[in-house]
Amino acid sequence: MTERLISKIFIGFLCLSFNVYSSVNEEAILSDNYPSKLSEYGFFSNQAKQIPEADVLPYSLITPLFSDYADKNRYVYVPQGQTAEYQNNEVFKFPIGSVLIKTFSYKKINSNDSQRTLIETRLLLNKKSGWDAVTYVWNNNQDEAYLSIAGKTVLTEYFDDSDTPINIRYRVPNKNQCKECHLKNDKLVPIGPKPRNLNRIVHYSDGPMNQLLKWEAMNLTVENHDEITSVADFTNSNESLDKRARTYLDINCGHCHSKTGSANTTGLYLNLNESNKKSIGIFKPPVAAGRGTGTFKYSIVPGDPDQSILLYRMISGEPDIMMPESGRAIAHQEGIDLIREWITAME
Amino acid sequence: MRILFTIFLFISFDAQSDVFIIPPSDNAQERIQEALILAQPGDEIHLISGVYKIEDGLSLDVDNILFSGDGHDKTILDFTEQMTGAQGLLVTSNEVMLKDFAIINTKGDGIKTIGSEGIYFINLRTEWTGGPDSSNGAYGLYPVQSKNVLIDGCIAIGASDAGIYVGQSENIIVRNSRAEFNVAGIEIENSYYADVYNNIAQHNTGGILVFDLPDLPQQGGHHVRVFSNQILNNDTDNFAPEGNIVGEVPRGTGIIIMANSNVEIFDNDISGNETMNIAIVSYSYEEAIDATDYYPHPRAIQIHDNRLSNSGSNPDMDKEIAAIVKGLAKQTMPDIFWDGVLPFTQMVFGQPNEDRLVLMDNINSSFMAIKPIQYMLSIPNPVTRDSIDFRGNISPLDAVKIDLPSRYND
Repeated sequence: MTERLISKIFIGFLCLSFNVYSSVNEEAILSDNYPSKLSEYGFFSNQAKQIPEADVLPYSLITPLFSDYADKNRYVYVPQGQTAEYQNNEVFKFPIGSVLIKTFSYKKINSNDSQRTLIETRLLLNKKSGWDAVTYVWNNNQDEAYLSIAGKTVLTEYFDDSDTPINIRYRVPNKNQCKECHLKNDKLVPIGPKPRNLNRIVHYSDGPMNQLLKWEAMNLTVENHDEITSVADFTNSNESLDKRARTYLDINCGHCHSKTGSANTTGLYLNLNESNKKSIGIFKPPVAAGRGTGTFKYSIVPGDPDQSILLYRMISGEPDIMMPESGRAIAHQEGIDLIREWITAME
Repeated sequence: MRILFTIFLFISFDAQSDVFIIPPSDNAQERIQEALILAQPGDEIHLISGVYKIEDGLSLDVDNILFSGDGHDKTILDFTEQMTGAQGLLVTSNEVMLKDFAIINTKGDGIKTIGSEGIYFINLRTEWTGGPDSSNGAYGLYPVQSKNVLIDGCIAIGASDAGIYVGQSENIIVRNSRAEFNVAGIEIENSYYADVYNNIAQHNTGGILVFDLPDLPQQGGHHVRVFSNQILNNDTDNFAPEGNIVGEVPRGTGIIIMANSNVEIFDNDISGNETMNIAIVSYSYEEAIDATDYYPHPRAIQIHDNRLSNSGSNPDMDKEIAAIVKGLAKQTMPDIFWDGVLPFTQMVFGQPNEDRLVLMDNINSSFMAIKPIQYMLSIPNPVTRDSIDFRGNISPLDAVKIDLPSRYND
């Protein structure tokens, strides 16, 4: 088994070196029709164990989007001989044929990392017509994931830090729901892989390395000349409270709540680049919030988190009140604690 | 290539378009959503008579789709058990017609469309069936940032904000519709070029609102015509959740015009509204002070040839504006009220002629405007009740035209 793996890695290495062979099915990526099974793309050498092919590279983000405490394994595939370009710290400009792969799973027991339930694997496929989103839902046998167009409800559970099972009505998004978050100026785009959110050390099978350098070394990207200002790790209390809170809001809210996102109707902009205090929510009255106001007058009342609509909507689990509107069924306590601390500290 | 699902009954009229026909069933929700995704431009999705239980919000992002039922009293999408989704149905595509079905008891909004060019709501019903309740969803029909919006023959009942709400949109017709037992019956907000006619707005908190708010991508609402409507007996206590701007609307206000320009109100029957029939007001929040490119005062408002009666029989004294008007009006509440608030220079030197409020031929109507300087100086009786100073020539606004794509012309 180990020998096979080694030989596979070796072959993979050869492939990378000579650009002659990839196990990834590029035709499937570019096709207008989606394969019915995830395995048809050939991203994984062992799909059930989520071991990727050599030219499919795992990556992670400094601060990720919260998704009901699901663990997310991310992988990037860039067609051989091509490279992604830096775009001023925004999401990389990936060449056509690139894929971003994200598998959502829950540990079966919190203390045991190896036992997990795979829920869905989402793909962002960069086709000739632009980025396209599709998801595959894992079967009960956990040996294959199947195409899902209309979304699906998965009743499952996760284990909190004390190994107490918490029930979740997990929603696999439909294609339109993918767009709700991934739409920017009416075009579907990736959100996560921005250099500023990748600029960290990751432990690869051949040792630790900065992700951006690794991507460069693997010829996934061109050489970087931009200055990269990393985002904060929202859990790292050594970083400033403001930076952590703004990063958290950027990643969890800013893709819709920006001037180019689908929530721009509200005038509330939570992306990192926004500097206007009122646009960030400070003493900003709601527009069309309905019950989402929670009877409060402003998105953020400095010093008073319990009078702030923003926090109220993070805490709520009601469909017409909760934020984000989709992608979560339970509250993110760590995020709530951070935003509460941030608003409390505001003057 | 077409993906044909056996679960759909397909009828092909020609090579270009297909009809997905879906009956009620245990998995109807999934089938409807699948059809809404797999449909190609030109297709029709048809839900036959019956009740469809929906737990998660539906969405459509394909252009040129006819999504229809057998009638707003026959095809009913029931969201009473809704678990996810901020609305019942979200449309983000263009040239879409929604026709002949009802959406009831959504947790949030009924039908929302964002950024649609060509969105046609025909003979729909959105309703919260438990009557007015602050836990009802905010909006029934809710097109926002949309263009060429037609709402025709619809019914909107029980919304905790507005039954029919058109926001930040352009080129709009709302006609032949009925809005009742909402906080706001029909609301046109931050929008350009709207015709609102032949509607009935009754038993709401406020009948028809024409509003403009600051700090939004589209503001400076203008060119709105409200005509030939029946705005009657608006008398429902305000049940909007606190914090919302419509929460300020006094129970029983027929029409409110706030901070818009070029609004023409004519040929309406406006009667039995418990606080008053028509109010013309500025956006007076302190927030407006630092808002950019925002003008908080109504301009070029023309009100003529309306039939007004029985205004303010039971003013809503809990709302500041109603209490002020009642205090100044003494015995008789006016049919038409203007708060008189203007930029300071205009309060002193008068408005530019083209910005003036014009009142003509509103038979037997009473009027009151506040004289703001006298009011601020606490001079007794700081009002005028004589509408003769507001006479002028009517400059009719142009009609709004929407050309439906040929496939939608019956």
